Amino acid sequence: MARAATITGAPLSLRVRNFVFSGQFVRGSLAVLGFFVIWQAGSMGLLPFMHAIPTPITVAQAFWEFMHTAKYWQSWLDSTLRVMYGFVAAQLLGIPLGLGMGWNRNFKDFSYPLFELMRPIPPLAWVPVSILFWPTNEISIAFITFIGAFFTIVVNVLGGVSAIPRQLVNAAVSFGASPKQVFWRIVLPATIPSIVTGMMVGIGITWNVVIAAEMIAGNTGLGRLTWEAYLASHTPGIIVGMISIGLAGYVSSMAVKMIGDWLMPWKKIF
Amino acid sequence: MSKMSASNLKLLQPSPPQDGLACRATDGALSIKTVGKIYDPEGVHVEALRDCSLEIAAGEFVAIVGPSGCGKSTLLNIIAGFDNLTSGEILLDGCPLATTNTSPSPGPERVVVFQQGALFPWKTVIENVTYGPVVQGVMSRAEAIQRAREMLSRVGLKDIESSYPGQLSSGMQRRVEIIRALINNPKVLLLDEPFRAMDTVTKSASHQYLLELYSATGKTIFFITHDLEEAIFLADKVMVMTTRPGYIKKTLAVKLPRPRQYAMLAAPEFIAMKADLVGAVHEEAVKAFEAGEREMA
Repeated sequence: MARAATITGAPLSLRVRNFVFSGQFVRGSLAVLGFFVIWQAGSMGLLPFMHAIPTPITVAQAFWEFMHTAKYWQSWLDSTLRVMYGFVAAQLLGIPLGLGMGWNRNFKDFSYPLFELMRPIPPLAWVPVSILFWPTNEISIAFITFIGAFFTIVVNVLGGVSAIPRQLVNAAVSFGASPKQVFWRIVLPATIPSIVTGMMVGIGITWNVVIAAEMIAGNTGLGRLTWEAYLASHTPGIIVGMISIGLAGYVSSMAVKMIGDWLMPWKKIF
Repeated sequence: MSKMSASNLKLLQPSPPQDGLACRATDGALSIKTVGKIYDPEGVHVEALRDCSLEIAAGEFVAIVGPSGCGKSTLLNIIAGFDNLTSGEILLDGCPLATTNTSPSPGPERVVVFQQGALFPWKTVIENVTYGPVVQGVMSRAEAIQRAREMLSRVGLKDIESSYPGQLSSGMQRRVEIIRALINNPKVLLLDEPFRAMDTVTKSASHQYLLELYSATGKTIFFITHDLEEAIFLADKVMVMTTRPGYIKKTLAVKLPRPRQYAMLAAPEFIAMKADLVGAVHEEAVKAFEAGEREMA
């Protein structure tokens, strides 16, 4: 407790310096550096099967060129928007559904079998029917992204509600809380950690799904960009696309983690 | 970890305030009359309590001991209003609290400190302590905070009001929980093995705080424990419950003066009382063990 207090209390410059010289940062940097060394050696023909891969420097040059095209940034924007639509819709529908299933026995009996029947269907298996059903490709892709995050968030919220310790609810009722107050003040906050876990897993899945969906059905986006580079046999472009997808996923996860920390001040301390 | 649903929550509505002179005459006298409790009567039929009777005077500190799986916690849950009874009745200050006709109704006049701990992890200490009075609307938030600060400082916790429970030691958590219960000004404080998982040092410090709060507030205390020494050291009366179906088989009046001192633990009369209880509890423990063996066979 005391240690956490001093670290968060230190000025930013000191915290940055402590981090840069910390073992954690050095070890992480070594791994990244090692990766590039092996990559370079591989593309120079020093390792088997890797001669077709462009060198890091060629890829860096390609990256630089991509960054000067409007299409590249449009791809970022399109993919991000699709992820956002699907992800936000999944939260808006999935969180209440999970809470409802966890809180009301009858509603769970009613909805759970259908839910469990749909859940194992992989998001990409929804592509054909989605294209037939929705009026535009854009909605189809957002829908497939939604499917990717939806089931995960529901399962997590349902698990979270079911795992609320009985004595927390009993205590609140003892103190005079009404069922409504118990729901909003006890059940909901007690479920937040599960909601955040569902969001963390869900955001990863949405990026997986959106890229695949774009390769199959999209005209734009980071997935399409990567696929077009492949069709044009532009190998550095493929790698640029892959790195961009990795960055996008990483940034999204960090954003979700920040939302999680903000929602759970009682967990941030640890 | 039992399942919850809105339907069983409806059974747990706080009871309306009791009216009538009979209810105001005394404060916190519990009368448990031939209470029986059978779980799942049509199915496995587990009889947890049978003809369980005991009287607790207002302001008395009673400890209930008995083997694991006897009806101690069942009885506490019925008094607290988390569960119903199958036969008999419970009166609080002469007014029916639980009968075979009433549905269970918890209320702030008999609050529980739970075995597993029930502080809300997402609320700070001060938010936890003020929860009861604020949700009942008996105090404004400002009044509740002031009252909570006074009470916390009495048990040496005034500097931790903005901490979250997860940042506190188990001993501190328990003190906060007892304060959170007492701020509701209950008639009866129900403690379900509150110091069970504690090391000896934390436990004896916690005993000290509990005894101080008891002498300061004079509340009726219903205390469940496995620890015979703890029971004798804290209580005015120690009651031994039999193995299932549970009833009170022995009541031991503790004649030690208050305030209780640790030196008393070595006093001959303390050791004699402990020996007396060990015999009674051991007999029940053996019965419970043999019953378990039979069930397994």
